[in-house]
Amino acid sequence: MKINQKLFLQFGICIIFFGLIGILINNLTINLIRTGLGFNFSWLFKPASFALAEHPLPYTSSDSYAWALFIGWLNSLKVIVSSLILATFLGTLIGFARTGTNSLLGLISAGYITIIRQTPLLLQLMFWYFVGFLGLKDNMFIQIKNILNISNQGIEFSGLTFSSEFLALLFGLSIFTSAYIAEVIRGGILSVSRGQWEAFRSLGISERKGLTLIILPQALPAIIPGLTSQYLNLAKNSTLAIAVGYSDIYAINDTIINQTGRAIECFIILLISFLLLNLLITNTMEIINRLILKSREYS
Amino acid sequence: MRRFVSGIVGLAALLAGCATTNQDNSSRLDLIKNRSELICGVSGKIPGFSFLKSDGSYQGLDVDICKAFAAAIIGDSEKIQYRPLTAAERFTAIKTGEIDLLSRNTTFTLSRDSSGGNGLTFAPVVFHDGQGLMVKKESGIKSLKDLANKSICVGSGTTTEQNINDAFESSSLPYTPIKYQDLNQVVAGYLQGRCSAMTSDRSQLAAARSGFKNPKEHIILDDVLSKEPLAPASDGQDQKLADAMRWVVFSLISAEEQGITKSNIDEKVQIAKNNPQLKPLRRFLGIDGGLGEKIGLSNDFVIKVISSTGNYGEIYERHLGKNSEVPIPRGQNELYKKGGVHISPPFN
Repeated sequence: MKINQKLFLQFGICIIFFGLIGILINNLTINLIRTGLGFNFSWLFKPASFALAEHPLPYTSSDSYAWALFIGWLNSLKVIVSSLILATFLGTLIGFARTGTNSLLGLISAGYITIIRQTPLLLQLMFWYFVGFLGLKDNMFIQIKNILNISNQGIEFSGLTFSSEFLALLFGLSIFTSAYIAEVIRGGILSVSRGQWEAFRSLGISERKGLTLIILPQALPAIIPGLTSQYLNLAKNSTLAIAVGYSDIYAINDTIINQTGRAIECFIILLISFLLLNLLITNTMEIINRLILKSREYS
Repeated sequence: MRRFVSGIVGLAALLAGCATTNQDNSSRLDLIKNRSELICGVSGKIPGFSFLKSDGSYQGLDVDICKAFAAAIIGDSEKIQYRPLTAAERFTAIKTGEIDLLSRNTTFTLSRDSSGGNGLTFAPVVFHDGQGLMVKKESGIKSLKDLANKSICVGSGTTTEQNINDAFESSSLPYTPIKYQDLNQVVAGYLQGRCSAMTSDRSQLAAARSGFKNPKEHIILDDVLSKEPLAPASDGQDQKLADAMRWVVFSLISAEEQGITKSNIDEKVQIAKNNPQLKPLRRFLGIDGGLGEKIGLSNDFVIKVISSTGNYGEIYERHLGKNSEVPIPRGQNELYKKGGVHISPPFN
C-alpha cells in the first residue's frame, strides 16, 4: 500500500470514529431532553444541605454540591492512599513468607491468600465493619487516657481520630488487596532463575540480604506491572465504602443524585474523578518502572 | 477492511435511527394492558408496607396498592412482577422504563414531582407519615436536644437525610450523621451501638422495632421532624397512566367513605343495578356515566379493585391494624369524617 493510500485510509477511519462519537452524544442529548433531563451543571453551585461525618477540609451543609463532591474525592483519596501503603507492606511480607524456606510461614501465608481470595470483598468489608469494629466494646482493651482510646466509635490515637467506617474500609481493602499483591510478588520472585539463588548462597550471602539485594531488584520489572493493576483495582474497589457508611465520592454522589435527580451528570463527574485518580496512579507507577529499568542498565 | 468500514457506517446509521424511533406518544397504560402484567417497584424490606414473605410472596400496604392498580388496569390483581428497589435506584427505574410505576414508601415533594426536578408525578397519598428518632430506653435521651454532639444513623439519598440536617441546624445543634445506603444497615449500625439514635419515618421505625429482640427497650421520641406523605409515583410525562393511578387510589378511599367492602361489593352492585335513583353509587361502580373509559380503564374498574383488595380501611387494617404484625395507630390516616386527612374528590 502506498503512503498516500495509507494516509487516506487513516484519515477516513478518523472521520468515521469521530462521527460515530458525535452521533452517540447527539443521540444521548436528544433522548435526555425528551425525558426532561437535558445536560445542566448549574446545580453544582447550589447548597448541598446535607452534613458529612468526615471532612478533611472545613465543610458545612450550606456549602455547594461541588464542594461536597470535592470533600468526597479527598475522603476517597485518603482511604485509597493509606490502604495502598498498608496493602503493599502486608502483601510484600506475605509474598516473601510464601516463597521463603520456612514451611510453616509458607503454609500460613498460602492459607491467608486462599481465604482472602475466595471470598467477596463486599462480604469482607461488612465483616470488618459490623463484626470487627462495631463489635468493639469500650472496656475490651487497655485504654491509655488521652493517648489511645478504642471503642466502636473508632480509634483515637494521640489527638488523631479514625472513625470505625474509615478503619473498616482501610482494613478490608488492604487485606483483600494484600493477598493479590502477595501473589504478584511471588510470581516476580519465581521469575528469577534458580541459578541466582544458588549463586548468592554459594557466595555466603545471608538469605535476607540475598533476597533484598540480589533477587528483588531482578524481580521488580516483573512485579511493577502486576502491582499497578492491583493498585487500580484497589482505587476502584474503594467505592464499596457506601456499604460501611464511609462518605467517599461515590456515597456523596449517591445522595446528590437522589436530591437533584441529575444521574447522568453525576456519573460523568464520578467517571472523570476516577479517571484522574487512576491516571495519577498509572503514571506514577510508570515513572517508578522506568527508574528501575534505568538503574538496571547502569549496574 | 471494506467490510469493517461498511459495518461501521451501518452501525452509525442504526444509531442515528435510534434517536428518531421510540418517539411515539403511546402511554405506558397501553403497554401494561398488552403485556398483561404490571411491573411494580417496591421496597421489599419494610414489614407492613412491602415485605418479602418466606413463601416468596410480597405483602403489605404498598403491595396492595400495586394489586389495586393491576386489578384496575389488567383485571387481575395477581399479574404483577415486583421489583425490589433501593432508595437511590427508584427514580431512575421509572425514568428508564424499567418499572411501570413505583409503590415504595416514597415521600411526595415538590422537587420530585416537578419537570425541572426528578420529573415524576404522584398519585394521591396512601400513608401520611412523619420522620422520627428512635433511641435506647437506657440512654436516657428524651428529646432532640439530648442528641447534641451524638452520632445518628441515617439512610443516605433520602429526604430523611435532609430533614435531620434541617432539624439540627435550625436548633444550632452539632451532630454526626453516619450514612448507610440501606435501612437494614441503619438498623444494624444502631443496634451495634455505632449511633445513639436512628432516624427514619416513624412507620419504618415501628416496623423495624417489631423485629428487634427486645422491642420494649427502644423508644420513639415525640419529636416529629417532618411531614412524610408517602405516595405512589410514575413518569411525569405520562398523563394517562397518572390519571388512572390517581383515581384508583381515590376509589379505595371513596369505597371506605361509602362503606363498600370486599365482602359486600356484589350486594352493592346488585342494589345499584336495581335502583336507578342511586345515581352517585351507579356512577362509582361504573353502571352509569362511563367514568372508567375517560381514564383509560374499563367502566367497572372500581368493582375489580374492591373485590380484590377491599377498600382503603380494609387494606390498612390488614397490614397495619391492631392485630397485624406492625401495629401503627391510624391517627391522621383516618378518613376526614373521623378526624383524619383522607378524602376522595367526587366520582362525577
